[in-house]
Parts: sequence; C-alpha cells; structure tokens
Amino acid sequence: MAQVRDVGVKDVEEAIYKLALDAAYHIPEDVLEAEKKAYEREKSPVAKKVLETIFKNIEVSAQGEFPLCQDTGLAVIFLEVGQDVHFTDGYLVDAINRGVERAYKDGYLRKSTCHPLTRENYGNNLPAIVHTFVVPGDKVKIIFDAKGGGSESMSKVQMMKPADGRDGIVKTVVDWVIQAGPNPCPPVIVGVGIGGDFERAAVMAKHATLRKVGEPSPDPVLADMEREIYEKVNNSGVGPAGLGGLTTCLGVHIEMEPCHIATLPLGINIACHVNRHKEIVL
Amino acid sequence: MAEYKLTTPLTDDDIIKLKAGDMVYLSGVVYTARDAAHMRMIKALDEGKELPFDIKGQVIYYVGPSPARPGRPIGSAGPTTAYRMNPFAPRLIALGQKGMIGKGKMSDEVKQACMKYKACYFASIGGAAAVVGSAVKEAEIIAYPELGPEAVRRLVVEDMPLFVCYDSYGNDLYEMAKKEWAGKFTTTA
Repeated sequence: MAQVRDVGVKDVEEAIYKLALDAAYHIPEDVLEAEKKAYEREKSPVAKKVLETIFKNIEVSAQGEFPLCQDTGLAVIFLEVGQDVHFTDGYLVDAINRGVERAYKDGYLRKSTCHPLTRENYGNNLPAIVHTFVVPGDKVKIIFDAKGGGSESMSKVQMMKPADGRDGIVKTVVDWVIQAGPNPCPPVIVGVGIGGDFERAAVMAKHATLRKVGEPSPDPVLADMEREIYEKVNNSGVGPAGLGGLTTCLGVHIEMEPCHIATLPLGINIACHVNRHKEIVL
Repeated sequence: MAEYKLTTPLTDDDIIKLKAGDMVYLSGVVYTARDAAHMRMIKALDEGKELPFDIKGQVIYYVGPSPARPGRPIGSAGPTTAYRMNPFAPRLIALGQKGMIGKGKMSDEVKQACMKYKACYFASIGGAAAVVGSAVKEAEIIAYPELGPEAVRRLVVEDMPLFVCYDSYGNDLYEMAKKEWAGKFTTTA
C-alpha cells in the first residue's frame, strides 16, 4: 500500500501567495518569447508600436510597483492532487483563499470580485475559483491563473451539432475570435475544449490557454486544426490591440475528450497578451 | 495619420480636426468611470440630480485602476472594454462629453452620437496598464468611493498616447485597420 504523504495547508497558502504576486508582475517567459517572435514578423508599423508598448509595460511591471494590468483578475486555480496526499492543519480551500487575499492586499492588486446582481465589490478578491483533479502519486501541482474580465467575457461554450464536425468547429472558433476583435486585448492565446460535456468543454478550454504558447497538440488531428485556426485568425487583420496587423493570436491550443453520441460540446476561452499564469509542484 | 497634442477640456474645434487613425497625446484632467459609476450617473440624471463633475468638454477614461502604492497617485491603469458603456455614452455625449477612452468596439449609437454632437472615442492599448499608471500625475476620488476601483477619479495626465478610433465623421479605426491588414498573414509572414 502506498504511503500517505502529509501536506500542511499552510504550505499551500504560501505557494498560492507567491504565485499570485509573481503572476501579477512578471509575464510568463514563453508568452514574452512568442511576442518577440511576432514582433520580428510583424509588418504593420502601428502593430510594431503596440508591441513595443507591450514590451515596455512588461519592463515597468517587472520593477515590482505596477502590476502588468490593472485588472489583476479572478484567482483561478488548477489543482492536481496526488491521491496519496493528506492535507493537514486546516481546510485546503480556506488556505487557498487566505493566500489569495493576502497576495491581493500586500501586492496592491485590484480586488475584482463582486455580487453578480448588486455589483457590490467584496474588497478581497475572494473566492478563488478552484478546479481540483485527483491524479496518481503524492505530489500537489498548483497552477495559478490570474484571469482578467476582458478576455473572459469574450469566451463561450457552444453545443455544436455532431454533423458540424472538424470544419464546423474550426469555423466557429475563427469567426468567434475575429468578431471579439480588440476586446480581449490581442494578441491573444486561444484555448479550445472539444467534447466532454457542457462544463468540461469550458474547463478544457481554459486549461488549454495555460499550455506553453504555440506548442502543438501531440494529437496530429488537433495540431492540424490548431494550425488552421492560427493562420485564419492571424489573416483577419485585427492585429495587436485591434489596431491592425499580422499578430492577432500567438497560439491556438486545443484539448479534447470523448463526448455523448448526441453532442459536440465546444468551449472557447481567450487569454489576453499577458496570459498570467504560474505553477509549482509541492 | 496626423499627431496632435491636446489639453482637456476639449472643444468642437479640437474634435473636428481629428480623424480615425490619428494619434493624440492628451494632457490635463480626465475622469474615470466604468459600469457601476455610469449606472449611478445615469440614475442621478434620471432623478434630476447633478453629475459629480461638469461633463462639458470632458473626457471619461473607462478604467478601474489597481490600488496606489504609498507615495504614488494610482496603480496600474489600462483601459477596460468599452462596449459595456454603450448604454450610457450617447446620453453623456449629448450633455457635452467630448471623449471616451477605452479599448474595443462600441455601438453604432455611440458612433452616431460622436457625429451628431462632435465627440471622439479614443482607443488605448489594452494591457499597457503599468505604462499608463506610472505616467499619471495626480489622482483623487471625487465620487462614489464605496465602489472601490470603480469610484469616479479625477486624474491629471500628461501626454497620454491615444489613437482616434471613432471620429466625428463616422470613421472607425478598427474597421479600417482590419481591412488594411486582412489576408496579409499568409502572403507576407
């Protein structure tokens, strides 16, 4: 029988605290790299200017006083918990929320959660949104995704018809990202979830935005769809900040799961050009 | 594409020389407001009350800044998505508002109001929040402090870089730019 490993929730709280601060002020390396490549390729002078401003923004933010974006996002956490882990010294989700609350206070990050109807701001950026997956082993992997409202609002789940198939999905995603235009702060990363069910399509789509930018799916069928969507979206002319150019998206990432014979769920989640996410394994 | 330096409050003469695609370096006072503040301002108007500031000639920046660190007037302050203010902007433009600063498309009603009453929608670069925030000279909450990041602030800015997106002639920079670059990714990249 496998040994059970104790993990104190205080360690989870500290990890969340550090990841949240890091995500708010420091862009992921792979995102910056993709933007630099796009800059080299870009032909529009306005687009180049926009990308230069984005690079300057990254530099100013890295000095630690001004976060990358004023919208420091909802705290979305993907938690992969090894089944041999036993959390001790408190309730896991409380610890996660404490880590988020402290980071958003100490880091001068904007508190963006509110009552959906009265719109009253809760002032603490809580609750965090936690997606938990039980996996083999005795480790805990935490991915922290600071998800802004502008790109999130340009996301959707659509229950497609099975007959829509591959080409229907490609067209739906391309049309959707192009009509979103300047709203989600392009150049964007497009996350797509195909199959599963209604809510799995959405979770897969968001999880897909966290893949290393531009790394193709290991499934050649999906990799081919990713390439086609990438090309068509970048052919739209929308460009950085929607001000025209060749760089509307930096990457298209698709995840897929089996679905019901009567359904073809499609999730589309867009990440903006800072795509703030950081991870750690405990 | 021309470049202009303008100082608020703006006049009809300032607005009519601007064309979609021009760059404006804006200085002076701008007021911040987003969804919640706009809802309150419209409610105030409905109740026959005064707006928290004189709207004539003013520019409203759609932004909810991050908190100011000690010794700083404001935190990061990039534009929020402007379409959420579609229901409110035309009414304020009719009362004399001369400009909106935001990101993303607005409605045809907003475009029509810009033409009818001589106003402009200025696009700022979404996500360039640290750059803009670090360039704000002064910031003061003047209304609805309980809204936190959504409170109305009076900012003093200097040479804030903006693109004229909707001008007073019905032009739309997003549509123009998209048309110019469509189809060029595969042929040039």
